[in-house]
Amino acid sequence: MTAITVNVEEKLFQNRYRVDAGRPHIKIKDADICTNACGSKSCTFVCPASCYKTEGNGNVTLITDGCLECGSCRIICSEHMNVEWEYPRGGHGILFKFG
Amino acid sequence: MKKPSQFDAIVVGAGPSGNACAYTLAKAGLKVLQIERGEYPGSKNVQGAILYANALEQIIPDFRDDAPLERHIIEQRMWLLDETSFVGTHIRSEDYNKPPYNRYTILRAQFDKWFSSKVREAGALLICETTVNHLIMDGDQVVGVQCDRMQGDVYADVVILADGVNSTLARKAGFHGEIKSENVALAVKEILFMPEETIRQRFNIGEESGVVIEMVGRITDGMMGTGFLYTNKESLTIGVGCMLGDFKNNPNRTSPYVLLEQMKRHPAIAPLIEGGEMKEYCAHLIPEGGFHAIPQIYGNGWMIVGDSGGFVNAVHREGSNLAMTTGRLAAETVINAKAASKGYRADSLKAYKTALDDSFVMKDLYKYRDMPKVLHKNPQFFTSYPDMVAQAARTMITVDGVDKKTKEREIFASFRKTRKLTGLVGDAYKLWKAIR
Ligand SMILES: Cc1cc2nc3c(=O)[nH]c(=O)nc-3n(C[C@H](O)[C@H](O)[C@H](O)COP(=O)(O)OP(=O)(O)OC[C@H]3O[C@@H](n4cnc5c(N)ncnc54)[C@H](O)[C@@H]3O)c2cc1C
Ligand code: SF4
Repeated sequence: MTAITVNVEEKLFQNRYRVDAGRPHIKIKDADICTNACGSKSCTFVCPASCYKTEGNGNVTLITDGCLECGSCRIICSEHMNVEWEYPRGGHGILFKFG
Repeated sequence: MKKPSQFDAIVVGAGPSGNACAYTLAKAGLKVLQIERGEYPGSKNVQGAILYANALEQIIPDFRDDAPLERHIIEQRMWLLDETSFVGTHIRSEDYNKPPYNRYTILRAQFDKWFSSKVREAGALLICETTVNHLIMDGDQVVGVQCDRMQGDVYADVVILADGVNSTLARKAGFHGEIKSENVALAVKEILFMPEETIRQRFNIGEESGVVIEMVGRITDGMMGTGFLYTNKESLTIGVGCMLGDFKNNPNRTSPYVLLEQMKRHPAIAPLIEGGEMKEYCAHLIPEGGFHAIPQIYGNGWMIVGDSGGFVNAVHREGSNLAMTTGRLAAETVINAKAASKGYRADSLKAYKTALDDSFVMKDLYKYRDMPKVLHKNPQFFTSYPDMVAQAARTMITVDGVDKKTKEREIFASFRKTRKLTGLVGDAYKLWKAIR
Protein backbone atom coordinates (compact mmCIF):
# COMPACT_ATOMS: atom_id res chain seq x y z
CA MET A 1 0.00 0.00 0.00
CA THR A 2 1.31 3.43 -0.81
CA ALA A 3 1.36 5.43 2.38
CA ILE A 4 -0.60 8.64 2.41
CA THR A 5 -0.57 11.40 4.97
CA VAL A 6 -3.76 12.31 6.77
CA ASN A 7 -4.48 15.44 8.73
CA VAL A 8 -6.18 14.05 11.84
CA GLU A 9 -6.70 17.45 13.41
CA GLU A 10 -8.91 18.33 10.47
CA LYS A 11 -11.05 15.28 11.16
CA LEU A 12 -11.25 15.96 14.89
CA PHE A 13 -12.27 19.51 14.10
CA GLN A 14 -15.65 18.17 12.97
CA ASN A 15 -16.27 16.66 16.40
CA ARG A 16 -17.86 18.26 19.44
CA TYR A 17 -15.87 18.24 22.67
CA ARG A 18 -16.25 19.66 26.14
CA VAL A 19 -12.66 19.70 27.30
CA ASP A 20 -12.07 19.51 31.03
CA ALA A 21 -9.38 22.17 30.94
CA GLY A 22 -6.34 21.41 33.06
CA ARG A 23 -7.63 17.96 34.05
CA PRO A 24 -6.39 15.45 31.48
CA HIS A 25 -8.07 12.08 32.01
CA ILE A 26 -5.12 10.10 30.63
CA LYS A 27 -1.56 10.42 31.82
CA ILE A 28 1.81 8.94 30.97
CA LYS A 29 2.96 7.55 34.31
CA ASP A 30 6.70 7.81 33.80
CA ALA A 31 8.03 9.76 30.81
CA ASP A 32 11.39 8.08 31.19
CA ILE A 33 9.96 4.69 30.31
CA CYS A 34 8.64 6.00 26.98
CA THR A 35 11.94 7.64 26.13
CA ASN A 36 14.32 4.92 27.21
CA ALA A 37 12.58 1.57 27.68
CA CYS A 38 9.90 1.47 24.96
CA GLY A 39 11.17 0.61 21.51
CA SER A 40 7.94 0.42 19.55
CA LYS A 41 6.10 3.50 20.89
CA SER A 42 3.00 2.01 19.31
CA CYS A 43 0.73 4.59 20.96
CA THR A 44 2.13 7.17 18.55
CA PHE A 45 0.60 5.47 15.52
CA VAL A 46 -2.25 3.37 16.96
CA CYS A 47 -4.12 6.19 18.73
CA PRO A 48 -6.95 7.11 16.33
CA ALA A 49 -6.87 10.73 17.50
CA SER A 50 -3.10 11.04 17.29
CA CYS A 51 -2.88 12.23 20.89
CA TYR A 52 0.60 10.74 21.34
CA LYS A 53 3.54 12.18 19.46
CA THR A 54 7.23 11.35 19.39
CA GLU A 55 9.71 14.12 19.56
CA GLY A 56 13.18 14.16 18.02
CA ASN A 57 14.85 13.18 21.27
CA GLY A 58 12.69 10.08 21.70
CA ASN A 59 10.28 11.61 24.22
CA VAL A 60 6.59 10.89 23.88
CA THR A 61 4.12 13.68 24.51
CA LEU A 62 0.41 13.29 25.19
CA ILE A 63 -2.31 15.88 24.63
CA THR A 64 -5.75 14.47 25.36
CA ASP A 65 -7.96 17.27 24.02
CA GLY A 66 -8.95 15.35 20.88
CA CYS A 67 -9.24 11.97 22.63
CA LEU A 68 -12.05 9.74 21.35
CA GLU A 69 -12.06 7.73 24.59
CA CYS A 70 -11.55 4.42 22.84
CA GLY A 71 -9.18 2.85 25.40
CA SER A 72 -6.63 1.56 22.87
CA CYS A 73 -3.60 3.32 24.33
CA ARG A 74 -4.14 1.71 27.73
CA ILE A 75 -4.46 -1.79 26.30
CA ILE A 76 -1.54 -1.66 23.87
CA CYS A 77 0.83 -0.40 26.55
CA SER A 78 0.71 -3.87 28.11
CA GLU A 79 4.46 -4.34 28.25
CA HIS A 80 5.20 -1.24 30.31
CA MET A 81 1.72 -0.43 31.67
CA ASN A 82 2.74 3.18 31.55
CA VAL A 83 -0.68 4.69 30.76
CA GLU A 84 -2.92 5.87 33.56
CA TRP A 85 -6.34 5.77 32.00
CA GLU A 86 -9.67 7.05 33.31
CA TYR A 87 -12.83 8.33 31.68
CA PRO A 88 -13.18 12.12 31.81
CA ARG A 89 -15.36 13.62 34.50
CA GLY A 90 -19.06 13.16 33.76
CA GLY A 91 -20.27 15.37 30.90
CA HIS A 92 -16.76 16.15 29.63
CA GLY A 93 -14.76 14.86 26.69
CA ILE A 94 -16.04 13.79 23.29
CA LEU A 95 -19.75 14.35 22.59
CA PHE A 96 -20.83 12.36 19.58
CA LYS A 97 -23.63 13.90 17.55
CA PHE A 98 -24.23 10.80 15.44
CA GLY A 99 -21.99 8.05 16.87
CA MET B 1 -20.97 -0.81 58.17
CA LYS B 2 -23.95 -1.57 55.96
CA LYS B 3 -25.70 1.47 54.50
CA PRO B 4 -29.41 1.21 53.77
CA SER B 5 -30.12 0.62 50.10
CA GLN B 6 -31.68 3.57 48.35
CA PHE B 7 -32.54 1.58 45.23
CA ASP B 8 -33.40 -1.95 44.25
CA ALA B 9 -30.88 -1.72 41.43
CA ILE B 10 -28.29 0.62 39.98
CA VAL B 11 -27.49 0.28 36.29
CA VAL B 12 -24.22 1.85 35.15
CA GLY B 13 -24.41 3.00 31.53
CA ALA B 14 -27.19 3.97 29.13
CA GLY B 15 -26.17 2.07 26.01
CA PRO B 16 -28.40 -0.70 24.61
CA SER B 17 -27.52 -3.16 27.39
CA GLY B 18 -28.07 -0.68 30.21
CA ASN B 19 -31.27 0.65 28.69
CA ALA B 20 -32.70 -2.82 28.10
CA CYS B 21 -31.87 -3.72 31.68
CA ALA B 22 -33.17 -0.54 33.34
CA TYR B 23 -36.31 -0.62 31.21
CA THR B 24 -37.16 -4.20 32.13
CA LEU B 25 -36.51 -3.55 35.83
CA ALA B 26 -38.51 -0.33 35.96
CA LYS B 27 -41.37 -1.83 33.99
CA ALA B 28 -41.65 -4.52 36.68
CA GLY B 29 -41.97 -1.81 39.31
CA LEU B 30 -38.49 -1.93 40.79
CA LYS B 31 -36.78 1.21 42.03
CA VAL B 32 -33.99 1.80 39.53
CA LEU B 33 -31.21 4.34 39.25
CA GLN B 34 -29.32 4.55 35.98
CA ILE B 35 -26.06 6.51 35.74
CA GLU B 36 -24.52 7.69 32.48
CA ARG B 37 -21.30 9.63 32.07
CA GLY B 38 -22.27 11.26 28.76
CA GLU B 39 -24.00 14.60 28.41
CA TYR B 40 -26.97 12.56 27.16
CA PRO B 41 -27.41 8.84 26.51
CA GLY B 42 -25.62 8.08 23.26
CA SER B 43 -23.15 10.96 23.37
CA LYS B 44 -20.31 8.50 24.09
CA ASN B 45 -21.47 5.66 21.91
CA VAL B 46 -20.38 4.46 18.51
CA GLN B 47 -21.76 1.76 16.27
CA GLY B 48 -21.84 0.86 12.55
CA ALA B 49 -24.79 0.80 12.95
CA ILE B 50 -27.19 -2.01 12.19
CA LEU B 51 -30.06 -2.53 14.59
CA TYR B 52 -31.49 -6.05 14.64
CA ALA B 53 -35.20 -5.71 15.31
CA ASN B 54 -35.78 -8.96 17.15
CA ALA B 55 -33.89 -8.22 20.36
CA LEU B 56 -35.57 -4.83 20.77
CA GLU B 57 -38.98 -6.23 19.83
CA GLN B 58 -38.84 -8.52 22.84
CA ILE B 59 -38.44 -5.48 25.07
CA ILE B 60 -40.49 -2.81 23.28
CA PRO B 61 -42.74 -4.60 20.75
CA ASP B 62 -44.01 -1.39 19.14
CA PHE B 63 -40.62 0.35 18.88
CA ARG B 64 -41.19 1.01 15.18
CA ASP B 65 -43.86 3.58 16.02
CA ASP B 66 -41.43 6.20 17.22
CA ALA B 67 -37.83 4.94 17.30
CA PRO B 68 -35.45 6.99 15.14
CA LEU B 69 -34.67 4.46 12.40
CA GLU B 70 -32.77 5.44 9.27
CA ARG B 71 -33.41 2.75 6.63
CA HIS B 72 -34.48 -0.89 6.64
CA ILE B 73 -31.98 -3.14 4.90
CA ILE B 74 -33.03 -4.81 1.68
CA GLU B 75 -29.63 -5.63 0.30
CA GLN B 76 -26.35 -6.92 1.66
CA ARG B 77 -23.14 -6.89 -0.34
CA MET B 78 -20.00 -8.79 0.56
CA TRP B 79 -16.89 -7.56 -1.17
CA LEU B 80 -13.41 -8.98 -1.50
CA LEU B 81 -10.98 -6.27 -2.47
CA ASP B 82 -7.46 -6.29 -3.77
CA GLU B 83 -5.55 -3.10 -4.53
CA THR B 84 -7.58 -2.08 -7.53
CA SER B 85 -10.59 -4.35 -7.93
CA PHE B 86 -13.31 -6.06 -6.02
CA VAL B 87 -15.32 -9.22 -6.38
CA GLY B 88 -18.57 -9.43 -4.56
CA THR B 89 -21.91 -10.94 -3.91
CA HIS B 90 -25.19 -9.12 -3.56
CA ILE B 91 -28.15 -10.50 -1.73
CA ARG B 92 -31.24 -8.45 -2.33
CA SER B 93 -34.73 -9.61 -1.75
CA GLU B 94 -38.13 -8.06 -1.97
CA ASP B 95 -38.96 -10.14 1.10
CA TYR B 96 -36.70 -7.80 3.08
CA ASN B 97 -38.78 -4.92 1.81
CA LYS B 98 -41.98 -5.95 3.59
CA PRO B 99 -42.86 -5.03 7.16
CA PRO B 100 -42.09 -6.01 9.81
CA TYR B 101 -38.53 -5.26 8.79
CA ASN B 102 -35.72 -7.29 10.26
CA ARG B 103 -32.76 -4.90 10.24
CA TYR B 104 -32.32 -1.14 10.19
CA THR B 105 -29.53 1.37 10.04
CA ILE B 106 -29.54 3.76 13.00
CA LEU B 107 -27.48 6.63 14.41
CA ARG B 108 -26.52 5.67 17.92
CA ALA B 109 -26.53 9.16 19.42
CA GLN B 110 -30.17 9.49 18.42
CA PHE B 111 -31.26 5.92 19.00
CA ASP B 112 -29.84 5.72 22.53
CA LYS B 113 -31.53 9.00 23.43
CA TRP B 114 -34.85 7.59 22.28
CA PHE B 115 -34.38 4.26 24.10
CA SER B 116 -33.49 6.17 27.23
CA SER B 117 -36.69 8.21 27.02
CA LYS B 118 -38.58 4.91 27.15
CA VAL B 119 -36.60 3.86 30.20
CA ARG B 120 -37.57 7.04 32.00
CA GLU B 121 -41.21 6.66 30.96
CA ALA B 122 -41.09 3.21 32.54
CA GLY B 123 -40.10 4.86 35.80
CA ALA B 124 -36.32 4.60 36.16
CA LEU B 125 -34.35 7.57 37.46
CA LEU B 126 -31.58 8.60 35.07
CA ILE B 127 -28.63 10.76 36.01
CA CYS B 128 -26.34 11.90 33.17
CA GLU B 129 -23.00 13.72 33.18
CA THR B 130 -21.89 11.47 36.01
CA THR B 131 -19.03 9.00 35.85
CA VAL B 132 -19.05 6.10 38.29
CA ASN B 133 -15.51 5.82 39.63
CA HIS B 134 -15.73 2.79 41.90
CA LEU B 135 -17.99 0.11 43.23
CA ILE B 136 -18.68 0.23 46.95
CA MET B 137 -18.14 -3.08 48.71
CA ASP B 138 -19.33 -4.36 52.04
CA GLY B 139 -17.02 -7.32 52.54
CA ASP B 140 -17.41 -9.35 49.37
CA GLN B 141 -20.80 -7.85 48.47
CA VAL B 142 -21.27 -4.93 46.06
CA VAL B 143 -23.63 -2.50 47.81
CA GLY B 144 -23.40 0.64 45.74
CA VAL B 145 -21.39 2.96 43.52
CA GLN B 146 -19.20 5.97 44.04
CA CYS B 147 -19.73 8.78 41.49
CA ASP B 148 -17.70 11.83 40.61
CA ARG B 149 -20.22 14.17 42.21
CA MET B 150 -20.52 15.75 45.60
CA GLN B 151 -22.16 13.23 47.92
CA GLY B 152 -21.69 10.79 45.11
CA ASP B 153 -22.17 7.52 47.01
CA VAL B 154 -25.38 5.69 46.17
CA TYR B 155 -26.52 2.34 47.54
CA ALA B 156 -28.58 -0.44 46.00
CA ASP B 157 -29.30 -4.14 46.48
CA VAL B 158 -27.65 -5.00 43.19
CA VAL B 159 -25.44 -3.17 40.69
CA ILE B 160 -25.51 -4.02 37.00
CA LEU B 161 -22.46 -3.04 34.98
CA ALA B 162 -23.50 -1.97 31.49
CA ASP B 163 -20.45 0.23 31.12
CA GLY B 164 -19.24 -0.93 27.72
CA VAL B 165 -16.10 -2.50 26.36
CA ASN B 166 -13.51 -0.77 28.56
CA SER B 167 -15.31 -1.94 31.71
CA THR B 168 -13.13 0.13 34.02
CA LEU B 169 -15.34 -0.66 37.02
CA ALA B 170 -15.16 -4.45 36.81
CA ARG B 171 -11.41 -4.26 36.39
CA LYS B 172 -10.90 -1.92 39.30
CA ALA B 173 -13.05 -4.18 41.46
CA GLY B 174 -10.87 -7.11 40.44
CA PHE B 175 -13.66 -9.09 38.76
CA HIS B 176 -11.45 -9.65 35.74
CA GLY B 177 -8.14 -8.51 34.31
CA GLU B 178 -7.22 -6.15 31.50
CA ILE B 179 -8.53 -6.85 28.01
CA LYS B 180 -5.96 -8.48 25.75
CA SER B 181 -5.13 -6.61 22.58
CA GLU B 182 -5.81 -9.75 20.52
CA ASN B 183 -9.36 -9.94 21.90
CA VAL B 184 -10.51 -6.51 20.87
CA ALA B 185 -10.89 -4.66 17.58
CA LEU B 186 -10.29 -0.96 17.10
CA ALA B 187 -12.75 0.57 14.67
CA VAL B 188 -12.76 4.05 13.18
CA LYS B 189 -15.57 5.52 11.14
CA GLU B 190 -16.87 8.67 9.57
CA ILE B 191 -20.28 9.92 8.71
CA LEU B 192 -20.59 11.52 5.30
CA PHE B 193 -23.64 13.60 4.50
CA MET B 194 -25.10 13.89 1.02
CA PRO B 195 -28.51 14.54 -0.52
CA GLU B 196 -30.99 11.74 -0.01
CA GLU B 197 -31.61 11.64 -3.74
CA THR B 198 -27.92 10.92 -4.40
CA ILE B 199 -27.96 8.01 -1.99
CA ARG B 200 -31.06 6.57 -3.59
CA GLN B 201 -29.58 6.75 -7.05
CA ARG B 202 -26.15 5.45 -6.16
CA PHE B 203 -27.46 2.47 -4.26
CA ASN B 204 -30.56 1.89 -6.35
CA ILE B 205 -32.91 2.08 -3.39
CA GLY B 206 -36.21 3.67 -2.41
CA GLU B 207 -37.04 6.29 0.15
CA GLU B 208 -36.76 4.06 3.19
CA SER B 209 -34.81 1.01 2.06
CA GLY B 210 -31.08 0.65 2.47
CA VAL B 211 -27.94 -1.27 1.61
CA VAL B 212 -25.05 -2.56 3.70
CA ILE B 213 -21.64 -3.43 2.29
CA GLU B 214 -19.14 -5.53 4.24
CA MET B 215 -15.59 -5.72 2.92
CA VAL B 216 -12.46 -7.78 3.42
CA GLY B 217 -9.12 -7.68 1.70
CA ARG B 218 -6.26 -5.34 1.09
CA ILE B 219 -8.11 -2.47 2.71
CA THR B 220 -6.95 -3.76 6.11
CA ASP B 221 -3.27 -3.76 5.22
CA GLY B 222 -2.79 -7.42 6.12
CA MET B 223 -4.51 -7.11 9.47
CA MET B 224 -7.47 -9.17 10.65
CA GLY B 225 -10.44 -6.91 10.14
CA THR B 226 -13.22 -5.68 7.91
CA GLY B 227 -14.53 -2.52 6.34
CA PHE B 228 -18.14 -1.43 6.17
CA LEU B 229 -20.31 1.06 4.33
CA TYR B 230 -23.90 1.59 5.39
CA THR B 231 -26.63 3.80 3.99
CA ASN B 232 -28.49 6.09 6.35
CA LYS B 233 -31.30 8.43 5.41
CA GLU B 234 -29.16 11.38 4.36
CA SER B 235 -25.70 10.10 5.10
CA LEU B 236 -23.33 7.20 4.65
CA THR B 237 -21.36 5.57 7.41
CA ILE B 238 -17.97 4.30 6.37
CA GLY B 239 -15.53 2.58 8.67
CA VAL B 240 -12.90 -0.06 9.19
CA GLY B 241 -11.97 -2.13 12.21
CA CYS B 242 -8.99 -4.41 12.85
CA MET B 243 -7.73 -6.33 15.83
CA LEU B 244 -5.92 -3.96 18.15
CA GLY B 245 -2.98 -6.35 18.49
CA ASP B 246 -2.61 -6.31 14.70
CA PHE B 247 -2.46 -2.53 14.66
CA LYS B 248 0.19 -2.65 17.33
CA ASN B 249 2.30 -5.26 15.54
CA ASN B 250 1.81 -4.03 11.99
CA PRO B 251 5.29 -3.57 10.48
CA ASN B 252 3.96 -0.69 8.37
CA ARG B 253 2.86 1.12 11.53
CA THR B 254 -0.33 2.11 9.75
CA SER B 255 -2.56 4.46 11.71
CA PRO B 256 -6.29 3.77 11.82
CA TYR B 257 -7.12 7.06 10.08
CA VAL B 258 -4.66 6.28 7.29
CA LEU B 259 -6.34 2.92 6.80
CA LEU B 260 -9.73 4.62 6.59
CA GLU B 261 -8.48 7.25 4.16
CA GLN B 262 -6.90 4.61 1.92
CA MET B 263 -10.12 2.67 1.97
CA LYS B 264 -12.11 5.75 0.98
CA ARG B 265 -9.83 6.15 -2.04
CA HIS B 266 -10.27 2.58 -3.26
CA PRO B 267 -11.66 2.71 -6.79
CA ALA B 268 -14.59 0.50 -5.76
CA ILE B 269 -15.56 2.81 -2.90
CA ALA B 270 -14.58 6.33 -3.96
CA PRO B 271 -17.42 6.82 -6.46
CA LEU B 272 -20.02 5.76 -3.88
CA ILE B 273 -18.95 8.33 -1.31
CA GLU B 274 -17.94 11.11 -3.65
CA GLY B 275 -19.11 14.54 -2.57
CA GLY B 276 -20.03 13.35 0.92
CA GLU B 277 -19.50 15.95 3.59
CA MET B 278 -17.68 14.54 6.62
CA LYS B 279 -19.44 15.63 9.81
CA GLU B 280 -17.95 13.35 12.44
CA TYR B 281 -15.00 11.06 13.03
CA CYS B 282 -15.34 8.37 15.69
CA ALA B 283 -13.34 5.53 17.18
CA HIS B 284 -14.40 2.72 19.49
CA LEU B 285 -13.31 -0.73 20.59
CA ILE B 286 -15.31 -3.89 19.89
CA PRO B 287 -14.79 -6.91 22.16
CA GLU B 288 -14.24 -9.65 19.59
CA GLY B 289 -12.61 -12.36 21.68
CA GLY B 290 -15.84 -14.36 21.66
CA PHE B 291 -16.75 -17.30 23.87
CA HIS B 292 -13.30 -17.91 25.36
CA ALA B 293 -12.86 -14.27 26.36
CA ILE B 294 -16.07 -13.93 28.36
CA PRO B 295 -15.25 -13.13 31.99
CA GLN B 296 -17.11 -14.02 35.16
CA ILE B 297 -20.39 -12.13 34.70
CA TYR B 298 -22.07 -12.32 38.08
CA GLY B 299 -21.11 -12.30 41.73
CA ASN B 300 -22.29 -11.08 45.09
CA GLY B 301 -24.48 -8.08 44.31
CA TRP B 302 -23.28 -7.56 40.75
CA MET B 303 -23.85 -8.61 37.16
CA ILE B 304 -22.18 -7.67 33.88
CA VAL B 305 -24.11 -7.15 30.63
CA GLY B 306 -23.33 -6.17 27.03
CA ASP B 307 -19.88 -5.22 25.76
CA SER B 308 -18.60 -5.03 29.31
CA GLY B 309 -18.92 -8.83 29.35
CA GLY B 310 -17.60 -9.23 25.79
CA PHE B 311 -20.97 -10.19 24.31
CA VAL B 312 -20.29 -9.61 20.63
CA ASN B 313 -20.63 -12.06 17.77
CA ALA B 314 -17.86 -10.80 15.53
CA VAL B 315 -18.55 -13.27 12.73
CA HIS B 316 -22.02 -11.86 12.17
CA ARG B 317 -21.23 -8.34 13.33
CA GLU B 318 -23.86 -8.52 16.04
CA GLY B 319 -23.40 -6.68 19.30
CA SER B 320 -26.26 -4.38 20.17
CA ASN B 321 -28.74 -7.25 20.05
CA LEU B 322 -26.62 -9.35 22.39
CA ALA B 323 -26.29 -6.28 24.60
CA MET B 324 -30.06 -5.84 24.80
CA THR B 325 -30.67 -9.53 25.40
CA THR B 326 -28.09 -9.81 28.18
CA GLY B 327 -29.51 -6.64 29.75
CA ARG B 328 -33.02 -8.04 29.67
CA LEU B 329 -32.00 -11.43 31.09
CA ALA B 330 -30.03 -9.80 33.91
CA ALA B 331 -33.07 -7.69 34.77
CA GLU B 332 -35.35 -10.72 34.77
CA THR B 333 -32.93 -12.44 37.15
CA VAL B 334 -33.16 -9.52 39.58
CA ILE B 335 -36.95 -9.41 39.30
CA ASN B 336 -37.18 -13.12 40.09
CA ALA B 337 -34.70 -12.87 42.94
CA LYS B 338 -36.70 -10.05 44.49
CA ALA B 339 -40.01 -11.85 44.06
CA ALA B 340 -38.61 -14.95 45.71
CA SER B 341 -36.79 -12.90 48.41
CA LYS B 342 -33.73 -14.92 47.58
CA GLY B 343 -31.25 -12.12 48.07
CA TYR B 344 -28.58 -11.04 45.64
CA ARG B 345 -25.66 -13.29 46.38
CA ALA B 346 -23.89 -15.12 43.56
CA ASP B 347 -25.90 -18.28 44.16
CA SER B 348 -29.14 -16.48 43.35
CA LEU B 349 -27.75 -14.32 40.51
CA LYS B 350 -26.35 -17.45 38.88
CA ALA B 351 -29.75 -17.79 37.21
CA TYR B 352 -28.58 -15.04 34.84
CA LYS B 353 -25.83 -17.25 33.46
CA THR B 354 -28.22 -20.19 33.14
CA ALA B 355 -30.69 -18.04 31.18
CA LEU B 356 -27.88 -16.81 28.93
CA ASP B 357 -26.67 -20.35 28.26
CA ASP B 358 -30.18 -21.19 27.09
CA SER B 359 -30.40 -18.18 24.78
CA PHE B 360 -29.04 -17.52 21.30
CA VAL B 361 -26.33 -15.39 22.91
CA MET B 362 -24.22 -18.20 24.36
CA LYS B 363 -25.28 -20.72 21.75
CA ASP B 364 -23.98 -18.51 18.95
CA LEU B 365 -20.82 -17.52 20.78
CA TYR B 366 -20.14 -21.18 21.50
CA LYS B 367 -20.68 -22.12 17.87
CA TYR B 368 -18.03 -19.65 16.72
CA ARG B 369 -15.71 -20.19 19.67
CA ASP B 370 -12.70 -21.15 17.51
CA MET B 371 -13.21 -18.55 14.82
CA PRO B 372 -11.01 -15.77 16.25
CA LYS B 373 -8.10 -18.19 16.64
CA VAL B 374 -8.44 -19.64 13.15
CA LEU B 375 -8.62 -16.24 11.47
CA HIS B 376 -5.82 -14.84 13.52
CA LYS B 377 -3.43 -17.67 12.79
CA ASN B 378 -4.20 -17.43 9.08
CA PRO B 379 -3.80 -13.86 7.86
CA GLN B 380 -4.13 -15.05 4.27
CA PHE B 381 -7.89 -14.77 4.70
CA PHE B 382 -7.35 -11.01 4.66
CA THR B 383 -4.53 -10.78 2.15
CA SER B 384 -3.75 -13.39 -0.46
CA TYR B 385 -7.23 -14.93 -0.64
CA PRO B 386 -9.08 -11.76 -1.61
CA ASP B 387 -6.23 -11.02 -4.02
CA MET B 388 -6.49 -14.48 -5.53
CA VAL B 389 -10.22 -14.32 -5.98
CA ALA B 390 -10.13 -10.83 -7.46
CA GLN B 391 -7.34 -11.76 -9.82
CA ALA B 392 -9.04 -14.96 -10.87
CA ALA B 393 -12.25 -13.16 -11.63
CA ARG B 394 -10.37 -10.52 -13.56
CA THR B 395 -8.49 -13.10 -15.59
CA MET B 396 -11.64 -15.02 -16.50
CA ILE B 397 -13.57 -11.95 -17.49
CA THR B 398 -10.88 -10.17 -19.47
CA VAL B 399 -11.38 -10.95 -23.17
CA ASP B 400 -7.92 -10.95 -24.66
CA GLY B 401 -7.71 -13.80 -27.11
CA VAL B 402 -6.48 -16.32 -24.53
CA ASP B 403 -8.71 -19.39 -24.34
CA LYS B 404 -10.59 -20.06 -21.09
CA LYS B 405 -8.95 -23.40 -20.45
CA THR B 406 -5.51 -21.78 -20.44
CA LYS B 407 -6.83 -19.07 -18.16
CA GLU B 408 -8.14 -21.63 -15.72
CA ARG B 409 -4.75 -23.28 -15.68
CA GLU B 410 -3.07 -19.93 -15.04
CA ILE B 411 -5.42 -19.12 -12.20
CA PHE B 412 -4.87 -22.48 -10.60
CA ALA B 413 -1.11 -22.12 -10.95
CA SER B 414 -1.25 -18.70 -9.32
CA PHE B 415 -3.41 -20.06 -6.51
CA ARG B 416 -0.81 -22.70 -5.87
CA LYS B 417 1.99 -20.23 -6.06
CA THR B 418 0.31 -18.01 -3.47
CA ARG B 419 -0.54 -20.83 -1.17
CA LYS B 420 0.32 -24.50 -1.50
CA LEU B 421 -2.58 -26.77 -2.26
CA THR B 422 -2.33 -28.48 1.11
CA GLY B 423 -2.52 -25.04 2.67
CA LEU B 424 -5.62 -24.18 0.70
CA VAL B 425 -7.38 -27.38 1.63
CA GLY B 426 -6.27 -27.03 5.24
CA ASP B 427 -7.58 -23.49 5.43
CA ALA B 428 -10.91 -24.45 3.97
CA TYR B 429 -11.17 -27.23 6.53
CA LYS B 430 -10.21 -24.96 9.44
CA LEU B 431 -12.72 -22.36 8.38
CA TRP B 432 -15.41 -24.94 7.91
CA LYS B 433 -14.74 -26.41 11.34
CA ALA B 434 -14.85 -23.00 12.95
CA ILE B 435 -18.18 -21.97 11.47
CA ARG B 436 -19.83 -25.37 11.36
C1 LIG C 1 -17.68 0.66 14.74
C2 LIG C 1 -18.65 -0.30 15.37
C3 LIG C 1 -19.61 -0.90 14.61
C4 LIG C 1 -20.54 -1.74 15.19
N1 LIG C 1 -21.53 -2.23 14.40
C5 LIG C 1 -22.53 -2.93 14.97
C6 LIG C 1 -23.67 -3.26 14.21
O1 LIG C 1 -23.78 -2.90 13.04
N2 LIG C 1 -24.67 -3.95 14.82
C7 LIG C 1 -24.60 -4.30 16.13
O2 LIG C 1 -25.55 -4.91 16.64
N3 LIG C 1 -23.52 -4.00 16.88
C8 LIG C 1 -22.49 -3.31 16.34
N4 LIG C 1 -21.44 -2.92 17.12
C9 LIG C 1 -21.38 -3.36 18.53
C10 LIG C 1 -22.29 -2.53 19.42
O3 LIG C 1 -22.04 -1.17 19.23
C11 LIG C 1 -22.07 -2.87 20.89
O4 LIG C 1 -22.11 -4.26 21.06
C12 LIG C 1 -23.11 -2.23 21.80
O5 LIG C 1 -23.06 -0.83 21.70
C13 LIG C 1 -22.88 -2.62 23.24
O6 LIG C 1 -23.81 -1.97 24.07
P1 LIG C 1 -23.49 -1.71 25.58
O7 LIG C 1 -24.71 -1.06 26.16
O8 LIG C 1 -23.03 -2.96 26.23
O9 LIG C 1 -22.26 -0.72 25.63
P2 LIG C 1 -22.14 0.81 25.10
O10 LIG C 1 -23.06 1.03 23.98
O11 LIG C 1 -20.70 1.01 24.93
O12 LIG C 1 -22.66 1.64 26.35
C14 LIG C 1 -21.93 1.78 27.54
C15 LIG C 1 -22.43 3.03 28.24
O13 LIG C 1 -21.90 3.12 29.55
C16 LIG C 1 -21.45 4.43 29.80
N5 LIG C 1 -20.38 4.34 30.80
C17 LIG C 1 -19.22 3.65 30.70
N6 LIG C 1 -18.51 3.72 31.84
C18 LIG C 1 -19.24 4.49 32.69
C19 LIG C 1 -19.02 4.94 34.02
N7 LIG C 1 -17.93 4.57 34.69
N8 LIG C 1 -19.95 5.72 34.59
C20 LIG C 1 -21.07 6.08 33.91
N9 LIG C 1 -21.33 5.68 32.64
C21 LIG C 1 -20.43 4.89 32.04
C22 LIG C 1 -20.98 4.93 28.44
O14 LIG C 1 -20.96 6.33 28.39
C23 LIG C 1 -22.01 4.30 27.52
O15 LIG C 1 -23.15 5.11 27.35
C24 LIG C 1 -20.47 -2.06 16.57
C25 LIG C 1 -19.49 -1.47 17.35
C26 LIG C 1 -18.60 -0.57 16.78
C27 LIG C 1 -17.59 0.10 17.66
S1 SF4 D 1 -8.27 6.59 24.52
FE1 SF4 D 1 -8.07 6.25 22.29
S2 SF4 D 1 -8.28 8.28 21.39
FE2 SF4 D 1 -7.87 8.61 23.59
S3 SF4 D 1 -5.65 8.85 23.73
FE3 SF4 D 1 -6.07 6.67 24.07
S4 SF4 D 1 -5.90 5.72 22.02
FE4 SF4 D 1 -6.08 7.94 21.72
